[in-house]
Amino acid sequence: MESYLSLATKAIFVENMALAYFLGMCSFLAVSKKVTTAVGLGSAVVFVLAVTCPLNNLVYNLLLKEGALSWTGVEALASLDLSFLNFLALIGTIAALVQIVEMFLDKYMPALYAALGIFLPLIAVNCAILGASLFMVERDYGFVESTVFGIGSGIGWLLAVVALAAIREKMRYSSVPGPLRGLGITFIVTGLMAIGFMAFAGISL
Amino acid sequence: MSSAKSFVIDPLLDDNPISLQVLGICSALAVTTKLETSLVMSIAVLAVLTLSNLSISLIRNLIPSSIRIIVQLTIIASLVIVTDQILKAYMFEVSKQLSVFVGLIITNCIIMGRAEAFAMQNGPWASILDGIGNGLGYSLVLIFVGFFRELFGSGKLLGVSILTPITEGGWYTPNGLMVLAPGAFFLIGIFIWMNRVWKPEQIEAE
Amino acid sequence: MERSTNYILVFATAVCFVCSIFVSGAAVALKDKQDLNKKVDMQKKVLLVAGVISGSDGVEDSEIPRIFEERIDARVINLKTGEESKTDPSTFDQLKASKDPATSIAVSSSGAMAAGVKRIPNEAIVYISKKDQRLIFPIEGKGLWSTLYGFLAVKSDLNTVEGIIFYQHGETPGLGGEIENPRWTGLWPGKQIFDAKGMTAIKVIKGQAKAGDPHEIDGLSGATITGRGVSHLVQYWMGDECFGPYLKSRSTTKMGMNIGGAR
Repeated sequence: MESYLSLATKAIFVENMALAYFLGMCSFLAVSKKVTTAVGLGSAVVFVLAVTCPLNNLVYNLLLKEGALSWTGVEALASLDLSFLNFLALIGTIAALVQIVEMFLDKYMPALYAALGIFLPLIAVNCAILGASLFMVERDYGFVESTVFGIGSGIGWLLAVVALAAIREKMRYSSVPGPLRGLGITFIVTGLMAIGFMAFAGISL
Repeated sequence: MSSAKSFVIDPLLDDNPISLQVLGICSALAVTTKLETSLVMSIAVLAVLTLSNLSISLIRNLIPSSIRIIVQLTIIASLVIVTDQILKAYMFEVSKQLSVFVGLIITNCIIMGRAEAFAMQNGPWASILDGIGNGLGYSLVLIFVGFFRELFGSGKLLGVSILTPITEGGWYTPNGLMVLAPGAFFLIGIFIWMNRVWKPEQIEAE
Repeated sequence: MERSTNYILVFATAVCFVCSIFVSGAAVALKDKQDLNKKVDMQKKVLLVAGVISGSDGVEDSEIPRIFEERIDARVINLKTGEESKTDPSTFDQLKASKDPATSIAVSSSGAMAAGVKRIPNEAIVYISKKDQRLIFPIEGKGLWSTLYGFLAVKSDLNTVEGIIFYQHGETPGLGGEIENPRWTGLWPGKQIFDAKGMTAIKVIKGQAKAGDPHEIDGLSGATITGRGVSHLVQYWMGDECFGPYLKSRSTTKMGMNIGGAR
């Protein structure tokens, strides 16, 4: 239990997907203009990560890695190493899940679907989602660890994007020089936030 | 053909994928610690972008709309995997440095973004040019950031000491900020600033 | 235009088929070259750390396998007993063995936890340089961001370090990544791993090591945790749970020679 807690805390703060690993930057910067949209997208990211990480863990361990197919009992397959198909398979599950979430929201929660708009399909290419699955493979997490890791990473990303949105809303009252306005100053602010998050690096729980 | 030229030249400063379209940021931060990896990444993205734009453009009228995103992703992913395999076979040292990030070319929003926004609606030749143009725009930012990060972060360029660091008996104390990602954020912010001073039409409304 | 479901299915299948052939074709065609690259890289690192070749020699990669063959002996040893096993070193995959429960054990001692090592294989590979009987041990453990993989070369007195080299890691370039800097790895040769009592004493400290201290190595500024990780993993792999028994067995077969306080 303890190690799950430390894994979750690490995923949220110390190894924050957005501010320590700089994944999911495109939507991070594009969606952070308003706090409400940031919360919406962040929540969607949490959900997708919470499902795809353990799902991909199964896909990797039961299908792709060396010797994974031994459960089929077929001799020829048992020694196969399909890990070069990693990227394709992992992102396949992610894209499929996002498609399903889209269809589900469209049918059962149309208000939320309309509010999220284009950002829902953009989650499929959010590097944080694929990145989390790739980390999970590289660090050889178990099934429960993957779930904890997925949820933790999602929450971390959510916190980061909402924080940035809050700052950007406040910055509308500052006088930023023209060429730096909007995207330019956002990059600099994000850099400063990243420095702040470095305070967490090296905390071992 | 002026429009051919504009496909290639526009994305350099007028419509830069990173500084205006806000695409492809993650890799711009991650691989630019050294100029060498920035160059390799730029070439890889240029190659994949051009090829994916071409392939998707060739079959654009055949792709059913409902599975459009997944088909694009599959083609892009396949191209990236083959690129990764080639790097591992012929440029092993470099492939070790690029490791996780080669896979992230798949989710590099530039490639998906241009596939959706351009290749799906335009012919093969235009798509190739668009791919090259955006690839060059991306490379421009990457080389800018990589140049300064390596130079100020470790005193070297392409591994050759320019400002001899103390660790090699010189005088220069490497700037740790440049080596870490926040340095990249600041540099891209500065690039955007410079870009928009030169091209004021990109300045965002109050 | 609306497409029939059949069309969608056929199209999807066709795309999958074409892409898989393309990808698998590349993977299979290039596999041999990739495996060779990995092998040559490992061999080069072993040769470098053993002092057989040096970085400035400019040795061609194509020469490496031949030099390795001539100058290095590989042995697989049983970690618990410290004795050589019959396993063929040329087909032994230590990384795989550490993950397979049949050929490895889970470890949870304080030394293992400090080094971030969760499993160790029952058998491990050791390289011996033929000319001067230096031993090269594969070592691994947790740095700040990633697992560090490297080799530690030990002189024939079984205590003095000949060299250390890391061939795989994901530490921050310029900070933890400096473990690759030859100026830092150059501080290791001559240091003693064990103290007079036979306990592992070598460590990377914070700041500068005392001049002439046989066990301390200068820390890397801005990379305290990576440095600590290196200390822990070296201590763990040279300790009783890993190569300790092997070192003991070799020293007793050295006809009672007891140089420099080594066991």
